[in-house]
Amino acid sequence: MPAVSIKNLRKTYESGAQALKGVDLTVEEGEFFALLGPNGAGKTTLIAILSGLALKSEGAVRVFDASIDEDPNLAKTYIGLVPQEFNFNIFEKVIDIVTTQAGYYGIPHTVALKDAEPILKVLDLWEKRDQKAMALSGGMKRRLMIARALIHHPRLLLLDEPTAGVDVELRRSMWDFLRERNAAGTTIILTTHYLEEAEQLCKRVAIINHGQIVVNEPTSDLIKRHGDQRLEDIFISLIQKDAQTNV
Amino acid sequence: MSPSRIATAYFTLVRKEVIRMTRIWSQTFLPSVITMSLYYAIFGTFIGSQIAPTDGFSYIQFIVPGLVMMAVITNAYSNVVSAFFGAKFQRNLEELMVSPTPAWVIVAGFASGGVLRGLIVGVLVLLTSLFFTHLVIYNLFIIMAAALLTCILFSLAGLLNGLFAKTFDAVSIVPTFVLTPLTYLGGVFYSVNRLPPFWRELSFFNPILYIVNLFRYGFLGISDVPVIESFALLSALTVALLVLLLVLFKRGVGLKS
Ligand SMILES: Nc1ncnc2c1ncn2[C@@H]1O[C@H](COP(=O)(O)OP(=O)(O)O)[C@@H](O)[C@H]1O
Ligand SMILES: [Mg+2]
Repeated sequence: MPAVSIKNLRKTYESGAQALKGVDLTVEEGEFFALLGPNGAGKTTLIAILSGLALKSEGAVRVFDASIDEDPNLAKTYIGLVPQEFNFNIFEKVIDIVTTQAGYYGIPHTVALKDAEPILKVLDLWEKRDQKAMALSGGMKRRLMIARALIHHPRLLLLDEPTAGVDVELRRSMWDFLRERNAAGTTIILTTHYLEEAEQLCKRVAIINHGQIVVNEPTSDLIKRHGDQRLEDIFISLIQKDAQTNV
Repeated sequence: MSPSRIATAYFTLVRKEVIRMTRIWSQTFLPSVITMSLYYAIFGTFIGSQIAPTDGFSYIQFIVPGLVMMAVITNAYSNVVSAFFGAKFQRNLEELMVSPTPAWVIVAGFASGGVLRGLIVGVLVLLTSLFFTHLVIYNLFIIMAAALLTCILFSLAGLLNGLFAKTFDAVSIVPTFVLTPLTYLGGVFYSVNRLPPFWRELSFFNPILYIVNLFRYGFLGISDVPVIESFALLSALTVALLVLLLVLFKRGVGLKS
């Protein structure tokens, strides 16, 4: 059973903007999958529909055995979301943000407190647990959102540009952390515009542009086909080709 | 979600609301106590002493139930509208929306915050009135039922407002331009039976009139409208609003783009 299966997904915003124009995508359980694309390609929209934050216009989406139409709340129990923008209450303490999120999944406070400790420790936030979120640095805020997303032990972790604005050293430690999570069995879908990130982390990559998937294959195949070009160069040439065929 | 998980999600929401309203107590609990003390002093004591008794009750005794209800209504309403819109505006409502907490539990959780605040402020304002007059209780059950139903109704109304609000201005429009005028004209300060026929008839279209009179009936045993009608109206409005909200939440109106 795939972790995510998306068929003919379309999204037109009320403004008329067509963010997704018939996306088909399957992500197998256990994969570490990268969704790459320039700004405005539709990455955040796709993540938002998967996680229940936005309504789709057309298409079918399944998360493991749950259809987001028929059993949206079951689908939500499988997903942990790290959104692109900070969206926690900055006046709340780190520990409260994490345990409140657990509560929304039905995890009792005492259990959540126990579960939070190892997660906050490995993300280097344990010492900060009684501080208000506004007192955290940018990198810590990112890691707080990861901790919050993991508190209910999701089978699928969605990360929307998780390392944007994070310094190199921290980015590498975050990569290690995500690799470990993936090795431990969590399926991960990550959107990024750091192409090196996809190359480093993900065995499979899809490139999305103007709301359409233009490439979807193992990262190594993509690189093989394009000789020894760096992913970044491949990316640029693909997008240009796509732009030309659209003219 | 299993019933025990649903209960956990509900109490998480309520707990968060209680923490929020107690943290900002000077904005949540204090203002109504001060405003109503002024009403008691000025209208009740200074001016009221010159007004003839109504049905054997002094003027301040007549206005206390309406003033308490005024505080209950505004506090229940504004608690929910500001908590909900605040969460939507800062986007931490997304923490709830990505979770499997069912829509009706979200509605119940936010409404419970408003009910708690309405009841707490109601009790505080009622206790404050003891500095100005003594308490008369005609029927405790009616008092409690009316207070609870009113809290639920206006908490739900506040939630509806928060759902559609796009700016902070939209949060204060209804309280300022609808709730306050309707409450002032809802028989808090006078019996509508003393009004000229046109104004009297018009007043019967004001739902808050029924609420104020119901509450006053619980304390004094007098009302301008039949108690049953008031209960029926209050219950019907509450159910209608609840159904509307559940439909809107399920569809994601005002929540999801
Ligand atoms: N809430 C919204 N209302 C209207 N248009 C939107 C909204 N969110 C995104 N869009 C539009 O949809 C397209 C895809 O945006 P998005 O999914 O954020 O892309 P990405 O995350 O890849 O940068 C863009 O053209 C964007 O302007
Ligand atoms: Mg984005």
